[in-house]
Amino acid sequence: MQSKFVMSMSVAAFVAAAFAAPVSHAAPEKIIKIDGSSTVYPITEAVAEEYQKSTKTKVTVGISGTGGGFKKFCRGETDISNASRPILQKEIDDCKANGVQFIELPIAFDALTVVINPKNEFAKTMSVADLKKMWEPAAQGKIKTWKQVNPAWPDQPLKLFGAGADSGTFDYFTEAIVGKAKSSRGDFTASEDDNVLVNGVAGDVNAIGYFGYAYYDENKDKLRAAAIVEKAGSPAVLPSRESIENGTYQPLGRPIFIYVNATAAAFKPHVKGFVDYYLTKSKPLIEEVKYVPLPQKDQDAVIKHWKELKPGTGFGGVAEVGVKVEDLLSRIK
Amino acid sequence: MTEQVKPQASVLANLDEVRAMIKRHKLNDSIFAIIGLVALMIGLLTLLTLFVDLVMDGYPRFNLDFMSEFPSRRAGSAGLLSAWVGSLLVLSVTFISAVPMGVGAGIYLEEYAPKNWFSDLIEINVTNLAGVPSIIYGLLALGLFVYILGLGQSIITAGLTLGLLILPVVIVSTREAIRSIPVAIREAAYAVGATKWQVVSQHVVHYSFGGILTGVIIGMSRAIGETAPIITIGALTFIAFLPPSPVTSEPPFLNFDWLFSGFTVLPIQMFSWLSRPNPEFHINAAATGAIIIVVTLLMNGTAIWLRYNMRKKIKW
Repeated sequence: MQSKFVMSMSVAAFVAAAFAAPVSHAAPEKIIKIDGSSTVYPITEAVAEEYQKSTKTKVTVGISGTGGGFKKFCRGETDISNASRPILQKEIDDCKANGVQFIELPIAFDALTVVINPKNEFAKTMSVADLKKMWEPAAQGKIKTWKQVNPAWPDQPLKLFGAGADSGTFDYFTEAIVGKAKSSRGDFTASEDDNVLVNGVAGDVNAIGYFGYAYYDENKDKLRAAAIVEKAGSPAVLPSRESIENGTYQPLGRPIFIYVNATAAAFKPHVKGFVDYYLTKSKPLIEEVKYVPLPQKDQDAVIKHWKELKPGTGFGGVAEVGVKVEDLLSRIK
Repeated sequence: MTEQVKPQASVLANLDEVRAMIKRHKLNDSIFAIIGLVALMIGLLTLLTLFVDLVMDGYPRFNLDFMSEFPSRRAGSAGLLSAWVGSLLVLSVTFISAVPMGVGAGIYLEEYAPKNWFSDLIEINVTNLAGVPSIIYGLLALGLFVYILGLGQSIITAGLTLGLLILPVVIVSTREAIRSIPVAIREAAYAVGATKWQVVSQHVVHYSFGGILTGVIIGMSRAIGETAPIITIGALTFIAFLPPSPVTSEPPFLNFDWLFSGFTVLPIQMFSWLSRPNPEFHINAAATGAIIIVVTLLMNGTAIWLRYNMRKKIKW
């Protein structure tokens, strides 16, 4: 009797599993594997969702962070890697060691947004120099009040919220503000989950934090974006679609990328078809998920670059800040 | 007279002392009962608050579409289909791999293993394994299943990983259940000439079946909520198709391709929705959380019910 019970239990599990999945086609399936940055994820997810409605190709998207995504990509495990910063030298070496060549495609812009509490009236604009003073490694344990950063600001404690050290956002912010990727003070509240940062800054008058524009856009009622002065004498610029597109929101406006395995691009028609779709049809999807599409001129240049299947990176393995998309593509020979 | 009063007084004094003592002990009794009740309430109310909060946040999503739609960039039309199918398939692999092995190991250790330093060592290790953080199992599985055995980031990898994770739980609870069978039962069976296998299969396992099942279900309900090891081995976040069906229309009617398919599971889908910028997705996450809690409660409830009923049937 008891063995019957065990049997019926396992049979039940099997049958349930069997009915859960509809009968599929026997033909070998075309699956495109994508992994990488959580910043680029919403765009790729939207494109994958739409693309799968019109074709039989299957697309999977994971979130491992830009660095984690490149690790898998350079082992040849994925076809496409989402990246919120350019590929670094170490990752290029890894790819080379495994014979993986890649095609670098900028797909949209994001603006790293510096946010403060809406009740904070004194720091509506701040300069890159101010930000550097707050975030550089030398500030650790020393810069504790707003007044220490800028004498015009009140003598109130400074509460810092920032991206976790594995994210491309952290790499880019430190490169743009401090001048060296991954170089930051360590005594701040770090989280890979940007909603933690949103709540942190929304709940503390003395807080300041940074994350991608989409998180600010969804929480405008709880946060205030700071206008950024690039260098002494230049105007204070708020992050917005216009300022990102025309390149005045510097140095925190950044292009985001997908990297395509060059072998897959050349020999797997379904991968090629997906990237074609990505580059030509993604504009409304990018806007829908609150990112800024490339200007048409740049978009055309990227499509041309893709058609020629030119492998390589325009960055030479460093996370360079403020490069124009056109210049970038023309550097790849 | 005085001779008689004296002992009486001392008895009375003694009686007062005894009464005071009883009073003190009764007080201790009720103090402990209150502490226990408060402790219980803290646990229960925390769970209840959490659950009510999740249900209130997530109730707009409690409909059939939420269960039958794939994930989407639009929170309102995003659903759990690939996640719950993934969870179900992963758990069936876990069940099939961990239960025979765990129950078998438990029976062997309790009934057959010689009592020496080696089985003591195994015993200590099994108990320790039950307390190892789940992420460690994830790392082990990443090295062993994904890379060395080449199973990839697939359903079978995830199922085997969770199987390893709950194996100690199954072994320990099997042994506990077997130990609760009185020695007299065994001796009686031997006395009428049963072999060891007959004793084990027809008596020991039969009578302890409810307890074994409880352990299995508690292990499975732990597995359903596990996130860390599944993330480590590389579960996907966006997957808008189902694994190939295990049953096909052509002979041999069975297809094991689904074992090697990519997948996602309920807690990962919840985690991914929670980290989205758009607060609409947080509703989806809350609804998913409520569903996971309900499923876990149902599984644990079934375990209690089964144990109760099977105990009732056994008459010694």
